[in-house]
Amino acid sequence: MSKKMHIKLNVNGKAEEFLAEPRELLIYTLRERLNITGPHIGCETSHCGACTVTINGKSVKACTMFVAQADGAEITTIEGIGGPDDLHPLQTAFKELHGLQCGYCTPGMITRATKLLEENPNPTEEDIRFGMAGNLCRCTGYQNIVKSIQAAAAEMNAAKEAAE
Amino acid sequence: MKDDVTREERVDNLKGLGCSRKRVEDARFTQGKGNYVDDIKLDGMLFGDFVRSPYAHARIKSIDASAALEVPGVLAVLTADDLRPLGLHWMPTLAGDKQMVLADGKVLFQGQEVAFVVAEDRYAAADGIELVEVDYEELPVIVDPFASLKSDVILREDLVAEDGSIPAGAHGPRKHPNHIFTWEAGDKDPTAEVIANADVVVTESMYYHRTHPCPLETCGCVASMDKVNGKLTLWGTFQAPHAIRTVVSLISGIEEHNIRVISPDIGGGFGNKVGAYPGYVCSVVASIVTGKPVKWIEDRMDNLMTTAFARDYHMTGKISATKEGKITGLQCHVTADHGGFDACADPTKFPAGFMNICTGSYDIPTAYLEVDGVYTNKAPGGVSYRCSFRVTEAVYFIERMIEVLAIELDMDAAELRRINFIKKEQFPYTAALGWEYDSGDYHTAWDKALEAVDYEGLRAEQAQRVEDFKAGKTRSLMGIGLSFFTEIVGAGPVKNCDILGLGMFDSCEIRIHPTGSAIARLGTISQGQGHATTFAQILASEIGLSADSITIEEGDTDTAPYGLGTYGSRSTPVAGAATAMAGRKIRAKAQMIAAYLLEVHDDDVEFDVDRFVVKGAPERFKTMKEIAFAAYNQAIPGLEPGLEAVSYYDPPNMTYPFGAYICVMDIDVDTGVPEIRRFYALDDCGTRINPMIIEGQVHGGLTEALAVALGQEIAYDDMGNVKTGTLMDFFLPTAWEVPNYETDYTVTPSPHHPIGAKGVGESPHVGGVPCFSNAVQDAFRPFGNRHTNMPHDHWRIWQTANKLGLHG
Repeated sequence: MSKKMHIKLNVNGKAEEFLAEPRELLIYTLRERLNITGPHIGCETSHCGACTVTINGKSVKACTMFVAQADGAEITTIEGIGGPDDLHPLQTAFKELHGLQCGYCTPGMITRATKLLEENPNPTEEDIRFGMAGNLCRCTGYQNIVKSIQAAAAEMNAAKEAAE
Repeated sequence: MKDDVTREERVDNLKGLGCSRKRVEDARFTQGKGNYVDDIKLDGMLFGDFVRSPYAHARIKSIDASAALEVPGVLAVLTADDLRPLGLHWMPTLAGDKQMVLADGKVLFQGQEVAFVVAEDRYAAADGIELVEVDYEELPVIVDPFASLKSDVILREDLVAEDGSIPAGAHGPRKHPNHIFTWEAGDKDPTAEVIANADVVVTESMYYHRTHPCPLETCGCVASMDKVNGKLTLWGTFQAPHAIRTVVSLISGIEEHNIRVISPDIGGGFGNKVGAYPGYVCSVVASIVTGKPVKWIEDRMDNLMTTAFARDYHMTGKISATKEGKITGLQCHVTADHGGFDACADPTKFPAGFMNICTGSYDIPTAYLEVDGVYTNKAPGGVSYRCSFRVTEAVYFIERMIEVLAIELDMDAAELRRINFIKKEQFPYTAALGWEYDSGDYHTAWDKALEAVDYEGLRAEQAQRVEDFKAGKTRSLMGIGLSFFTEIVGAGPVKNCDILGLGMFDSCEIRIHPTGSAIARLGTISQGQGHATTFAQILASEIGLSADSITIEEGDTDTAPYGLGTYGSRSTPVAGAATAMAGRKIRAKAQMIAAYLLEVHDDDVEFDVDRFVVKGAPERFKTMKEIAFAAYNQAIPGLEPGLEAVSYYDPPNMTYPFGAYICVMDIDVDTGVPEIRRFYALDDCGTRINPMIIEGQVHGGLTEALAVALGQEIAYDDMGNVKTGTLMDFFLPTAWEVPNYETDYTVTPSPHHPIGAKGVGESPHVGGVPCFSNAVQDAFRPFGNRHTNMPHDHWRIWQTANKLGLHG
């Protein structure tokens, strides 16, 4: 056990401050210290993406980042993306197009997709398949995940046009 | 009551059978509000984790936990010696064997559980594990089942008598200390005779490699012993929560009513979460010892190395036919590698599962199957990974034998299948190995599939490609993978299917609320299949209340009726049938209430969508909502108040879904990379409950089939080291590797199921594996390939091309 560090985070718009061992992995900080259980653990080796969160504007797998490395960061998890009163178009599209089954990969999948669409609002199917390749799903075969992301992109672009 | 909606609208409002109802589960999952076992956090909860063996076969000379116990936060270290007084150092397996909970003097596979460290959190547990000193004496390692049967090294001394004799096992006599059972089906001598006298005979050996279901969520549990009230609550990733409760009661001595088992949301199962694992037992013991809740969660390496492998069947077949291609006989021998303990998850009387469905979809008059189970220094398991018990092995076997027979006969493999299919008019059909297929229309499905892909056109294109390849115009070959499968699911009739003596019925209990909504509870448990959505649809059509007004609840043994759980595609065939039957009991009572309210005889009303109407007077009716209210607020002579029903359904037979799959693949001969150009999947799962969910199941099952056929394996080196223990080495396809699938269907309802449904979740895996494999092998057929073993990863495909001299 090593000395504890003073850590500050902003998670889903809320300031958090605590002492933690530097070896604490960010996924456990979120899930066990802050009770944010949307991001899941599937591998702890950065392969599956179930733990995907957004840190300072980038998609990050929280299972292989120490909380010490995240000190001062702004973090968004699935809980910060949309809730019952303000669903994100991706959340709606995944339900409408059957883009999930057991739901275990879904928070990471949607969190990653929000970044993908921010970076590329008009992705081709190939762009989506490549851009989502860091998130594994064992249930859906990805076909409906791809469709869900395409549908959400169309919905978001239409809303943007209507607003302009 | 005013009624200005049309009958069609009333049907639509039910959201019943046949509609693509959106899933009710999805709101919580898309918002990060699922409740999986690792999300559970209880006051004072401790964390337990295992010291695991680095050796595949070793004697344990000593275990010293003193340094570990000095680590701040470490509270206890359990070993077999601590469990022995409780009789819990070993536990029974589902296959009639027993398995060490914690290493009792020796270890039999790498990763085996040696000691259980209980600590305040997972970091302290990990620190403690590092400091447990185990002194091992290495023993010779056996990873090959054929070598095991010849070896002097005895893996399981506990199964050999003091005089050196070998007592019979749970499935009869054993031939060698490392032999588990021999299981036979069919007629040995008549089959040998048919084969000896046949025009054409082909022999082929194939290895269906060891792999793993690898759900994205690993296995885990939280055990909480409430010593004040004497109640144990056990949350966990259980595909069969009631069976787990009974097992925990039997091995712990805690009375069953004092045990509550809860399966919360489960992040995929695919067979991995059927068995009982040492982690469950140790968590329960640790909770009893410490008086605090104890959580155990596998990491991915633990999961791949220790809980529930699948397959590992070495199969040798002989198939005989006439010169015209009519199959006359089939022989199959399997050497089944079960690892260090026989922990296969099969119905008790079927130590090789339903491998005796290996005559497939064909009218084969004579057949014989023999399976030898063998111990090796590998992890125990042998679960049905996204299939009914050993059906993927059986279908792979016959679909490969058909292909090699086609090569021998120089026939088109599609035509060879067609002339051997069981004909529609032969159903119900009793196969040579004993099963009675309930229904089927294989020719219609096959013709539809071949036409959909323009099979003749594909073969012409393939022939041209071979010409171009030979002429040096291309380095790419084209494979056409064919597969026609018959599943056997819905275990099963209590007369021949049980697990640990528990009959494999299933159940549904329905309570209608006064305002016309309902809750139904089932003995099954969804792991992504969407039960909360589809079972409400079955019920909506049966009882005339909207699916949106019906809550489906599963997984809590204190509230749900007893059932055997969800695996082997049994939920729809068994619990789905129970749901329909319980719904019919509700409807029968509702009919009496309606007749009373309408002041007519019971027989003078009839059910119509969402109401009972007076025959011949459709304007006189009572809706099910009105009837529900009356059940609670009117004294009806001769009827008890309330509207509830329960059904325990013992299916009269299995169901037999089938399908026709075709895969078109281009293979780069120089890199070994296969590209799936097209995949067409026709499924016949009988009555279709929710087409959206069926298609989703097909996409997912095919992708798991792609994984197994094209790269996924649990591989060992000669020392018994697992070579594929992380997702770096164990292939799970990403969105990048997976194609879009075309889905199609025919509908041949099951004649014995109340709504004609057959189950679909596993069909695409069962049919998909041989289809992908056949596509690879078909590409090389024109160059002399007959059979190569899976998994067809790039390296192995390249090797195949190389062996055939295609690299110049």
